[in-house]
Amino acid sequence: MSINTDMAVQVAAIIQVAEKVKRFRLVRVDGLPLPVFSGGAHIVVSMLDGDLLRRNPYSLMSSPTDQTAYEISVLQVEKSRGGSAFLHEKLNVGDKLTISQPLNLFPCDVRGRKHIFMAGGIGITPFMAMMDQMTRESSNFELHYAMRDRKHGAYWQELQQRYAAHRVKIYFDVEKLFIPTDAILANQPLGTHLYVCGPSGMIDGVLNKATALGWPKQNLHSERFLAPLPGDIFKAELKRSKKTITVGTHQSILEAVEAAGIDAPYLCRGGACGQCETSVLGCEGIIEHNDIFLEPEDKASGKTIMICVSRVKGQAITLDL
Amino acid sequence: MNIKFKQETFRGDFTYRNSPENIRRFPFPFHEDKYMYSVNMEPHVPAGPKGFAFESLIDVDEHYISEMHDRALVLKEDPLRCQALPHMMAGQWDVLELIMEQQAAGYPEHFSLTKNGDQWHWINRPMGIDQKFTFGDASTLPYEPMEYITRQAQGDFCIVDQRDNNLWMDAGMVTTQADWSLDFDIGMNFMEWHGPVPLAHQMGVFDRALKFLLNLQQSKPVRRLNWTMTINPRLDTSPENYPKWGPDRMTVTPENIGDKVHLRCELQSLWRLPRSNAILFVIRCYLLKMEELVQVPKWARRFHRVLRDLPPELADYKGLTKFRPMTIDWLSKYDDGAPTSSGIFPE
Ligand code: HEM
Ligand code: FES
Repeated sequence: MSINTDMAVQVAAIIQVAEKVKRFRLVRVDGLPLPVFSGGAHIVVSMLDGDLLRRNPYSLMSSPTDQTAYEISVLQVEKSRGGSAFLHEKLNVGDKLTISQPLNLFPCDVRGRKHIFMAGGIGITPFMAMMDQMTRESSNFELHYAMRDRKHGAYWQELQQRYAAHRVKIYFDVEKLFIPTDAILANQPLGTHLYVCGPSGMIDGVLNKATALGWPKQNLHSERFLAPLPGDIFKAELKRSKKTITVGTHQSILEAVEAAGIDAPYLCRGGACGQCETSVLGCEGIIEHNDIFLEPEDKASGKTIMICVSRVKGQAITLDL
Repeated sequence: MNIKFKQETFRGDFTYRNSPENIRRFPFPFHEDKYMYSVNMEPHVPAGPKGFAFESLIDVDEHYISEMHDRALVLKEDPLRCQALPHMMAGQWDVLELIMEQQAAGYPEHFSLTKNGDQWHWINRPMGIDQKFTFGDASTLPYEPMEYITRQAQGDFCIVDQRDNNLWMDAGMVTTQADWSLDFDIGMNFMEWHGPVPLAHQMGVFDRALKFLLNLQQSKPVRRLNWTMTINPRLDTSPENYPKWGPDRMTVTPENIGDKVHLRCELQSLWRLPRSNAILFVIRCYLLKMEELVQVPKWARRFHRVLRDLPPELADYKGLTKFRPMTIDWLSKYDDGAPTSSGIFPE
C-alpha cells in the first residue's frame, strides 16, 4: 500500500540569485505549517510540464525550523532532462506544484566536535540549512565554497556576512583560487566530520584524498544527486503489469512507468537510496548503471537495476514490475 | 471518547484485569494459525473495528493511570531505566512534540496542547497536569523532555540515532520490557542489540528490516506486532528484576492457567523524527489473561494452534518452555478444529 503524504504548494516568490540560479519560495496551499526538517534534507518536486509529469529532488536550503515556507535553489543545466528548464523557463509566481515530505539522506553527525563543509556550485544548498541548524546548536563548523566565478556563485556574500569570513571561505575557478583540500584535510582534530556536495568529480577527489590520509569512513559524508542522463529510446516490458512501455530520451524508466499509471517505489530519485531497485528478467542491450547504490558485482550481474537513473543502451529490457 | 480509567496493580496482588470492551480491542498478534519471524511491517494508519488499538496512533486505554503509576515506581527504584546520551536532545524534543500532538489529537477530552511560537501549554487531565513551558528550553520542564513526556505515555520508548548506515540505541525510557535492558543495550547498533534473537539473522530478517528503516520517511510511521507470554500481569519483566519474576514460571498449575498465564503483545511503531532525523521506536505492551483470550473464539482456536506448532528455538528464546505444554493442553478445550478467518480482528 502506498500512502500519499505529498503536499500541494504554491510558488510565493522566484528570485534570480546568480547567473543561471533561481530561488523558489514555496508555501502550502492549505495554509497549514510545513513540517520541520533536519539540515541536509531534500524534497521531491512534482511538476506538470504540459502532459509530462516530471519529478526532481532538490535540497531544502531554508531554515529547518521555518514552517511558513520551503526554499530551494535550482541551477539551469544545459543538457537538463527538463526539470530545471521547466522551473527556470515556465514556472511563474502563483503556480502550483506538489512536493514530497522532507527526506534526509545527507544528515549531520551531531556528535562531531567540528564539521567541515565543502561545496561546489549549487551543492551549497544543503549546507545553508545545516549551518542554520548548527548555529542554533552552537556547533563548530567551517565552509569551503568553490564557484566558477563571482557572477555564477550564489549566496557567497550573504553567507560571509552572516557567518563571518573566517568560517566561510570562498574560491573562484576563473581566478585560479581552489579549495586547498590537502592542507584542510591534513590538519584536523580527532572527531572532525567532513561533508562534500557538488559535482561528482569534486566529491570523488575529496573523498579519495581523505581516505588516503586515513580519515575514518564514518567521518566522511557526501551527497550527489544524479540526474538521469539522456540516452536512447528503448522499450521496457513490465512483466507483472503485462504492459510494454517506451522510455523516451529525456525520461527515466521510473518516469515512464509512472506515466503508464503504474506505482513503483522510490524515494530519492537520484540513484542513492536503493528504494527503486527492480529485478531484470531480460535485456536486449547493455544496462547503463548510473546509480551509486549497487555494488559493482550487482551491476555486473545484470540482474538488477535502479530505475530512477539507469537506462538501457539497446532495444529493450524486461522488468519484474 | 471518554475513557474510564481503572485503578489496578501490576505487582504484589496483581489486580490488573481487562474490561469486556478492552478485550476486543487487544492487538492480537497472529494473522494466521502459525507464527514465524518475518519483516512484518505495515503502515501505521488507523485500522480495524471501531475502538480497536489501531484507532489512535499513540494509543491510550483504561490502564493508563495505573501504568503510569507502575512506571513511577520502577523509576524510583532504578533511575537507569531512563537514559539519553547528550547528542540526543533534539530527538528528545521531537518525541515530546510527537506524543503531545498525538495524544491531544486522539483524546481531546483528556489532553490538550496549545502552541504560541515556542510558548507551549500542555494539559493532561487524567493525571492532573497543567504545564506551561518553552519548547527547546529544558530548564522550563521538571524533567528532560523525553522523561517528562514518557512519564505520561503508555509503552516503552527508544530513540535510535541514524549514522553510518546503521541505527544506534542512544536514548530510551524502558520500564515494561520483555527481558531486555536499556542500560545494557545503550549505544549499541541494530545488529548488536538484536544479537540474542534466534533464526531471524540467518533468515535475513534484520538485514531487510534495517534497510527499510534507514529509508523511513517523515509522516509515514510503520507498525509491527511482537509477542511473548508472561506469568501474572507484570509489566516490568526486566533482567535486572529477574529474581522477582523468573520464579513465577514455576507457580503455573492446570488450575490457575486461565488467571496466571498472559499473552503479552507489543504494538511497536516506528516514526521518523523531523529535527533530529532519528527514529522513535514505541513498544506498547498489552496483557491478556488466557481466560480473557478465550472469550474471543477465533483467538482461542488460533493461539492454541500457534503455540502447539511454535518452533522450539522461539519457545526457548521467549522463555515459554516451562509452561507451554500445560497451556496448550488447557487451550485445546477451546479449539474444535473449525477454520479461522484470516487477519487479526475478532470475528
Ligand atoms: C529501531 C527499532 C528497534 C529496536 C530499538 C528494537 C529492539 C529490540 C530489542 C531490544 C529486542 C530484544 C533482544 C534481546 O533479546 O535482548 C528485540 C527483539 C526482536 N526484534 Fe527488534 N527492535 C527494533 C526494530 C525491529 C524491527 C523493524 C524488526 C522487524 C523484523 C525487529 C524484529 C525483532 C524480533 C523478531 C525480535 C525477537 C522478539 C521475540 O521473539 O520476542 N525489530 N528488538
Ligand atoms: S529512488 Fe532512490 S535509488 Fe532510485
